[in-house]
Amino acid sequence: MTDRITQTGQATINIVTAVGYASILIWDSILLLFMGKRVNQPVRFHLIVDEIINAGVKAMPVVALMSATIGVMLSIQGIHTLSIFGAETQVTFGLAISIPREFAPLITGILVAGRSGSQLTSRVGSMQLNGEIDALTVMGIAPARYVVAPSLIGLLVSLPVLVVIGNLAAFSAAGLYIHATLGIGPDAYWADILDVVTIDDFLHGIVKSFIFAILLAMIAISLGMRVYGGAEVLGKSTTQSVVTCIAAIIGADTVFALLL
Amino acid sequence: MASVPPIIVEDLQGGYNGIPVIHGCNMEIAQGEIVVIMGGSGSGKSTFLKHLIGLKEPMQGDVKLFGQSLYQASVYQRMDLLKGIGVAFQSGALMSSMTIAENVALPLREHTDLDEELIQVITRMKLDFVNLLGKDHLLPSELSGGMLKRAAVARAIALDPKLTFMDEPSAGLDPVIAAALDDLIIQLKESLGMSVVVVTHELESAFKIADRIVVLDRGYIIFSGTPDEIKKSDNTRIQNLINRVPEEEDFDAELYAQQLMGQ
Repeated sequence: MTDRITQTGQATINIVTAVGYASILIWDSILLLFMGKRVNQPVRFHLIVDEIINAGVKAMPVVALMSATIGVMLSIQGIHTLSIFGAETQVTFGLAISIPREFAPLITGILVAGRSGSQLTSRVGSMQLNGEIDALTVMGIAPARYVVAPSLIGLLVSLPVLVVIGNLAAFSAAGLYIHATLGIGPDAYWADILDVVTIDDFLHGIVKSFIFAILLAMIAISLGMRVYGGAEVLGKSTTQSVVTCIAAIIGADTVFALLL
Repeated sequence: MASVPPIIVEDLQGGYNGIPVIHGCNMEIAQGEIVVIMGGSGSGKSTFLKHLIGLKEPMQGDVKLFGQSLYQASVYQRMDLLKGIGVAFQSGALMSSMTIAENVALPLREHTDLDEELIQVITRMKLDFVNLLGKDHLLPSELSGGMLKRAAVARAIALDPKLTFMDEPSAGLDPVIAAALDDLIIQLKESLGMSVVVVTHELESAFKIADRIVVLDRGYIIFSGTPDEIKKSDNTRIQNLINRVPEEEDFDAELYAQQLMGQ
């Protein structure tokens, strides 16, 4: 019994420590973004561009492809379900509500977590193991501005853009499928979609993507920074990063769905 | 007015998880002096170095760089202070995704407003100083051990610091390359007037380069003096260290049995 209480207590302390550490990292990098020049720690624009290319531009094809697939799947399921009531032509309404609010941000978040989250943890973890983070520190380069801030901004810029691309890809692919199966033309399809989708639905997804970006950066970078030991720990941390990022994204999405 | 010493260590106590490894160490280094910190394995050399270069908060005491406290300063003031020193790590700790030239140019790009052309000229000068000119396009993974250490030195001196730290610069190198690195350290002092703190247990290297040798033993500074003085020391532990005599340990049969039983 005492062991169990001790284990629970230790686990709680570990979680609080990890969240605290991640929050400090993100807070420091936000501070340096705005005040970096004043404390001689400016966040370099070229590093942010590198991160945007890494997390955003290079993720575009996979996000577009997976979102298109989800769009087609939703159409298939929607048509199948609605055909029971003879209302399959109403499938566009379901798509118009679910894609921008739920599926586009969620799929994009999960894909970026798998791609950039793991990459960030393994990159930062390798830097930690090789002593590169210590080297940056003794060179007077704050790791928060050189490693954390560019990644955070890279994700904050990339994720919303990827969500927009996800929306377009999902709607376009769904439109093609619906045209092929129900014969609804592109003009009628897009008119239906634009009739139902409100700016609120669209912004709902975009706001979510900002939250997902912050969660991804917090989890992936802090897990990388806390890698000590060897390659095995790095591997475990990378796996843990992907699982935790995806869990955090789904958790945050659920909270969003409940509250808004 | 006397110049401010590049580094002053005052009553430094440090360690891990509240357990002290370094006990009340005091040390001062003059400008243009090469100080070698020696000690056996587990003597606390690496921990001591971490405290000196701002990587580990001490439990007590302070380290002053150029007259300013390293640990009473704010994080960003500390970062500014650290820009004035150079550190060559034992493993090199070069950025693995960057070429050697990019590594050397990193502090110049981050801390100066020099134009790119001048940065490249300075980078080549530093690489030439460590005999790596022409290798600037290589990645750290493509370098030999000796080249890695020299590249780390080039990065450490990129901003012409007045104080440079080197962790085991000749460890694991063949005698010829180790000797070349020793000459390089002496050259840093003689050509650039740098103070250099070298942490090593390579005796030959220590006696060749040191103006002063500081011996750490079980976290205490037990000796500080010239190479000639250390040779004359009557301290048994120091004599054992410099004459490579293994320490005789009291054999405790009961303790040994307990260790074997995993108790």
